[in-house]
Amino acid sequence: MTSIDTSLITTDDASDGTASPPRTGRRYSPEGRRSLLLTILLWLCVLYFVLPLWWLFVSSTKNNSALFSTFGMWFGGDFSLWENLQTLFTVRDGIFLRWMLNTFVYAFVSAAGATLLATMAGYSFAKYDFPGKKLLFSATLGAVMIPLTALALPTYLLFSQAGLTDTPWAVIIPSLVSPFGVYLMRVYAADAIPDGLIEAARVDGAGEFRIFAQVGLRLLGPGLVTVFLFSLVATWNNYFLPLIMLNSSELYPITVGLAQLQSAASAGGGSQALFSTVITGSFVSILPLVIAFLFLQRYWQSGLASGGVKG
Amino acid sequence: MTHSPALASERPASAPPLKKRTTPMKRKQRLAAYLFLVPFFIVFITMLVVPLVYAGYLSLFESKLIGGDVFAGLANYVRALTDSAFLAGLGRVGLFFIIQVPIMLGLALFLALALDSARGRGSKAVRLLIFVPYAVPAVVATLMWGYLYGPDFGPIAQISRAVGLGTPDFLSPESILGSMMNIVTWEFVGYNMIIMYAALRSIPAELYEAAEIDGAGQFRLAWSIKIPAIRPALMLTVIFSIIGSFQLFAEPSLLNAIAPDAISTSFTPNYYAYNLAFINQELNYAAAIAFLLGVVIAIVSYFVQLAGERRERVGHAERGIEP
Repeated sequence: MTSIDTSLITTDDASDGTASPPRTGRRYSPEGRRSLLLTILLWLCVLYFVLPLWWLFVSSTKNNSALFSTFGMWFGGDFSLWENLQTLFTVRDGIFLRWMLNTFVYAFVSAAGATLLATMAGYSFAKYDFPGKKLLFSATLGAVMIPLTALALPTYLLFSQAGLTDTPWAVIIPSLVSPFGVYLMRVYAADAIPDGLIEAARVDGAGEFRIFAQVGLRLLGPGLVTVFLFSLVATWNNYFLPLIMLNSSELYPITVGLAQLQSAASAGGGSQALFSTVITGSFVSILPLVIAFLFLQRYWQSGLASGGVKG
Repeated sequence: MTHSPALASERPASAPPLKKRTTPMKRKQRLAAYLFLVPFFIVFITMLVVPLVYAGYLSLFESKLIGGDVFAGLANYVRALTDSAFLAGLGRVGLFFIIQVPIMLGLALFLALALDSARGRGSKAVRLLIFVPYAVPAVVATLMWGYLYGPDFGPIAQISRAVGLGTPDFLSPESILGSMMNIVTWEFVGYNMIIMYAALRSIPAELYEAAEIDGAGQFRLAWSIKIPAIRPALMLTVIFSIIGSFQLFAEPSLLNAIAPDAISTSFTPNYYAYNLAFINQELNYAAAIAFLLGVVIAIVSYFVQLAGERRERVGHAERGIEP
């Protein structure tokens, strides 16, 4: 795994600007050298990524009959977004809202826990020397390669023996492990927290935990946001784990819920306007994460790299 | 990555003679280091190591109608390795890996290099818009593309008919794997692009100056400086893609609803393991499949990494750079 080691070190060098200063880039690419061809190519690619989402939005404004009779990429029929939303939030006694809330809770608790555990472990690996450090870190890195869904089956069996299946814990506890988060935080902490600062705090008589909480955490900001967001997305988007762990539909997260709605719609032949509900539900369900990424881009992008705001 | 030398050198001048044996201060720090690791490793062991061992254990048993669970040795593995459904699924994800991953990573690399060169207009918006699909769950992406692929009312079929090309069949047994590749590409190009772009942004300026002065073109610059410089980040994206393609689950399980003829219950190994465990109640066999899948992923990752490292050495030798 040594080959991976340097990638994120360089990534993080840029974020605090201590090591080799990031390029400003401008010097070598004066405005006059923009390429029209490249601009066109880039925006064609953007179309590929954005048009499906545009379709999703347009379709969520249509009722079930317009969905199947008008051109998909443009508005048609009556503007039914409000009716669709109303149906969505009232279908089966408002279970959609319940699913959204479940997703919020599972994703936030898991991400907060995973980030805390990863940060403490990463900090320890980066800033202390102790016997067994190499072995433990290698084990952590090796675990990055274990396919988590392959673990889901035995985890399910263990949880069912412990009577924990069909509870929120069955989704949250397995999501707390983030070996990649530990790796990221180790690399990040190694650069972001100067050893001298820790030494100075020790000389002042601060305990190791106070140093971590008051010196370490403060300097790890962008790294924390990056690990938090990526674990948040991992839990938010997870389908396999909640699908096998949960039985009661009032515990479902949005992914499992939508899949269930969809199969009900397919089975019911669309008689209950369910297709438009599934589509509107899909559209509403992606809004929180998309908005979070847009608003927090300053943080997660500076966690990955800085100085690169171009265009 | 070791910071101990720096730490030691910042000690006051009177300290060095003491550094031979563990001082009480050092011992206190060691204790703190372990305490910081404890919470993570508790979850690590209970949620990763124990299930892994348990899967290995379960896979060695067989459930008999009479007598319950019986030790079966490697029988489940023998069965898996001769099970044409499992092998076909493995072949399918292998094909997926060989075709889809190069396309996805190639596109991501092209976009990252293009954005890094700052030759296109609106780079910042381009970067964000391409990244957005990453925030869309695989379930929603598959549902959405399922509608887009629809032969009757899907917009692609509508457009295709309008220009006289007839109705394309994205959901036939022959084309479903390609359709799935498209969904995964759509989901993950942006994520991989961001990792590569972040690595590109942190290449030190000195590496460029000489080449720019020599008048090297953008392609030359990308090929001989930028791509070698971000090789570790590229390797990271390859490893994640191996894991991703070998454990495909959400895409086949949701497409199964709209294309039941094209997606069998053993379409991918992970989907097969799920069906075995929860529909057929063959837990022991499912555990063996899951375990084997993990072994396959580890082996493929290992060889890809080995090949990457060899390539790197050869590359350094060719250019006469010390590794």
